[in-house]
Amino acid sequence: MTQTIVIDPVTRIEGHLRIEAETVVNADGSVGVQRASSSSTMVRGIEIIMKGRDPRDAWAFAQRICGVCTVVHGVTSARAVENALGIAIPPNAEMIRNLMMGAQYIHDHVMHFYHLHSFDWVDAASALSAQPLLTSQLQTSISPENPNNSPEYFQSVRDRLYNFANAGQLGIFGKGYWGHPAYRLPAEANLILIAHYFEALAWARKIVKLHAVFGGKDPHPNVIVGGMPCAISSGKAGGVGEIRSGTAVNAASLALVAEVIADMKSFTERIYLPDMVLLARLYNDSVTLQKATDWTGIGEGVGNYLCYGDFPMNGINDLSGLMIPRGIILNRDLSQVYPLDVENPEDIQEFVAHSWYDYSSVSKTSGLHPYAGETKLNYTGPAPGYAKLPTDQSYSWIKSPRWRGKAMEVGPLAHILMMYASGQPNARLLVKVAYEVIGWAPDPTLAKLQSTMGRNVARAMETYLIALEMNTWLARLNANIAAGDLSVFNNAKWNPATWPSHARGFGYSEAPRGALGHWVVIDAGKISNYQCVVASQWNAGPRDAAGVEGPYEAALRGHLIADGDRPLEILRTIHSFDPCIGCAVHVARPDGRSSGWVNDA
Amino acid sequence: MYLTPGAASTLGERLLQHGISRRSFLKFCSILASSMALPAAIAPRMALALSNARPCVIYMSFQECTGCLESLLNSHGVAIENLILDAISLDYQETLQAAAGHQSEQWRDEVIAANYGKYILIVDGSIPQDGNSGYFVSAAESGLARLNKTAAGAAFIVAVGTCASFGGIAHAYPNPTGAVGVRDIVKDRPIINVSGCPPIAEVITGVLAYYLTFQKLPTLDSLGRPTVYYGKTVHDDCYREESYEDGPRAKSFDDSFARNGNCLFNLGCKGPVTHNACSTLRWNQGTSFPIQSGHGCIGCSEPDFWDAGGLYVRGPEADAEHDD
Repeated sequence: MTQTIVIDPVTRIEGHLRIEAETVVNADGSVGVQRASSSSTMVRGIEIIMKGRDPRDAWAFAQRICGVCTVVHGVTSARAVENALGIAIPPNAEMIRNLMMGAQYIHDHVMHFYHLHSFDWVDAASALSAQPLLTSQLQTSISPENPNNSPEYFQSVRDRLYNFANAGQLGIFGKGYWGHPAYRLPAEANLILIAHYFEALAWARKIVKLHAVFGGKDPHPNVIVGGMPCAISSGKAGGVGEIRSGTAVNAASLALVAEVIADMKSFTERIYLPDMVLLARLYNDSVTLQKATDWTGIGEGVGNYLCYGDFPMNGINDLSGLMIPRGIILNRDLSQVYPLDVENPEDIQEFVAHSWYDYSSVSKTSGLHPYAGETKLNYTGPAPGYAKLPTDQSYSWIKSPRWRGKAMEVGPLAHILMMYASGQPNARLLVKVAYEVIGWAPDPTLAKLQSTMGRNVARAMETYLIALEMNTWLARLNANIAAGDLSVFNNAKWNPATWPSHARGFGYSEAPRGALGHWVVIDAGKISNYQCVVASQWNAGPRDAAGVEGPYEAALRGHLIADGDRPLEILRTIHSFDPCIGCAVHVARPDGRSSGWVNDA
Repeated sequence: MYLTPGAASTLGERLLQHGISRRSFLKFCSILASSMALPAAIAPRMALALSNARPCVIYMSFQECTGCLESLLNSHGVAIENLILDAISLDYQETLQAAAGHQSEQWRDEVIAANYGKYILIVDGSIPQDGNSGYFVSAAESGLARLNKTAAGAAFIVAVGTCASFGGIAHAYPNPTGAVGVRDIVKDRPIINVSGCPPIAEVITGVLAYYLTFQKLPTLDSLGRPTVYYGKTVHDDCYREESYEDGPRAKSFDDSFARNGNCLFNLGCKGPVTHNACSTLRWNQGTSFPIQSGHGCIGCSEPDFWDAGGLYVRGPEADAEHDD
């Protein structure tokens, strides 16, 4: 007998996601997830909107796919057009884009941990009974360098939370799953994480100033095809704040960027990493009740990982210079990294068998490489008021990308595994240290990382790796400027008269959530085709024509659910992927109207 | 020295608890007041209003990119970063709230019922006009139905961002999903359009603070935008105005004139026809704004700016009569 748990809306994500999990009662009476389906129920059609427009405008449209992963679509789009037209950007622009992407990672990952994910691990109600002195002692023991550690400080946070709860206006805490048996942290650990939730909000606001310096604003800073538009101020004029002449970028504002980078590194070292270690240690199977879930042994997903690569040092076409390497890992085997050919029509394909699209040049069960992308928007789902989606038919606005027919996970776990498998010394060392500090037994297969908890540890590790690398990029930028190179923009191909009549290009990046690709075709100076295959599409997409599940769907298999009405365990694993569903459902190519309602039998 | 937990507390008392002095709270109110060009004497009144009321706020998202929420989270409050979250009760907001699924729906519906006619509805994202299209469904309800349901009992609506105000990017040609702004669907509730892609953080919170202080809506322009923030164009107070008038304007991005901070009009800047506070308030606590960082204004607070011809195509010149 199965019962379906429906979570709609899934909250604490970007975008609109619905999860349906069919459960069975096991022989021992526990309830487990047997089959899950991931659906997004919102679409905008940004790619069709981009058709016919000037390719130099594309980055601004693409940027609006997502305001949480701001920057990434803009940069990737500019790269696609630069690739199509054969434009090399100046080294300064490359470093600035790395800095902006890196800042985006650090901001995004910290906010994900505290503001999107922490309520899955942290019982806010429990924090109310934390003893401030014990909390202070715990904080000092896990992070001696963190100055905000006094009993008075934690008392004030506890009081703030208490008054919030007592005033009867629970706001964002209303009807949370407080008291759920899957919460395992002691009250003092809960209070530390709640305190840092608030601190992270203040910190996040400060560090996005890096985007404002180079891109004019955050969210949605500006980039440009050919490099960056942020001309470096000549002479002594300019800077940040109220200025009368010059531009935002000068020696003083680059010093501000250095301060921001220091702030990022400090927060990561003093607060985020120790909190992640605390979480990983305390959610350890050695302190759980019998039969409770080991969160390092569940939520893996598909065991296949894909990266396009990112953070170039020597130009986007030099794959050897990428901090995150390009490659494929299959079946958890870290001894082999397979090559990824982004041009080969057999490598990357999108399927719409279970998505609300049709193909007209091939059958609905076929896969198409993005260059050949041609789809029709076709909503065949139920009318409003439905209890369940027809998960044996089309059930999502997300398409199913596959690499040679295999479902792939993308994101921080893929990044760390790819760096590790490629032998990168920094990544190998950090993984070794992380295992030691958390208390996991050394394991060259990195099995514990490939899990719900492990995905979070991977995210924290890559945050730190990028925070360290930010100074390398800034140092190179500063050195170039000191040597007299102020160029941020290559205008050689700005004029459409310099373009061929037909061109096509691929732009790639690794967004905080994973592999991001834009494919553009330009005819007679206008966009004739534009396709994005976005990170969360890989992770959140539905089954393909062969019935191969997407990573979210596979990851939920086997989860034990303590209370079907409060499926915290499902949220925990889904949130570990850091869903961004606006990104996943960018796609709509409506050549015709929707075909209307299909009523369930 | 610590207040007894459980004592009823106003915002002022709560702030004292976590070490925020009355002086610095008043300073925040002064900053907010001056951002809205209100006289400094208003600040104490604003402080009193923010200390007392905690109206319910329901925040509904539709075809959003979440950039507007991210901008709101960037709003500065001196050391009292969550002031606006303390002065209002944010009872439904899908990106931040703990509850999911039917619990979150139920919580919202209970708050609405208990505060019918009195809560503030904030909306981001555009809405597909056809509720049967399937282009937006959440909790098995169409976006159209969800908007109408949550708007019915709202005291007023704040449409945050150009998508909720005017349709935004989803509305751009050929508008595949039939997306529109709130004002095209809701006809019987007052609507404040806080447009921008996204709006400046302090513009969003300034509008809320204005209402909390004066219990009325600010003066709105013909597009429903608060004149205090949208009454002037980006060009009116742009620090590059002199070279707009007298030249030399930049001829290319990153040329010597661009590095000198000269006018970007010839590179497509839409500042003269874009109403927003970017050149005065600036972005991210006054750090910079697009023109200062070398890219022309793209016009993001205006309806249909995505279809205004192109980012790098010259826009209309400044209206000579417009200069204040």
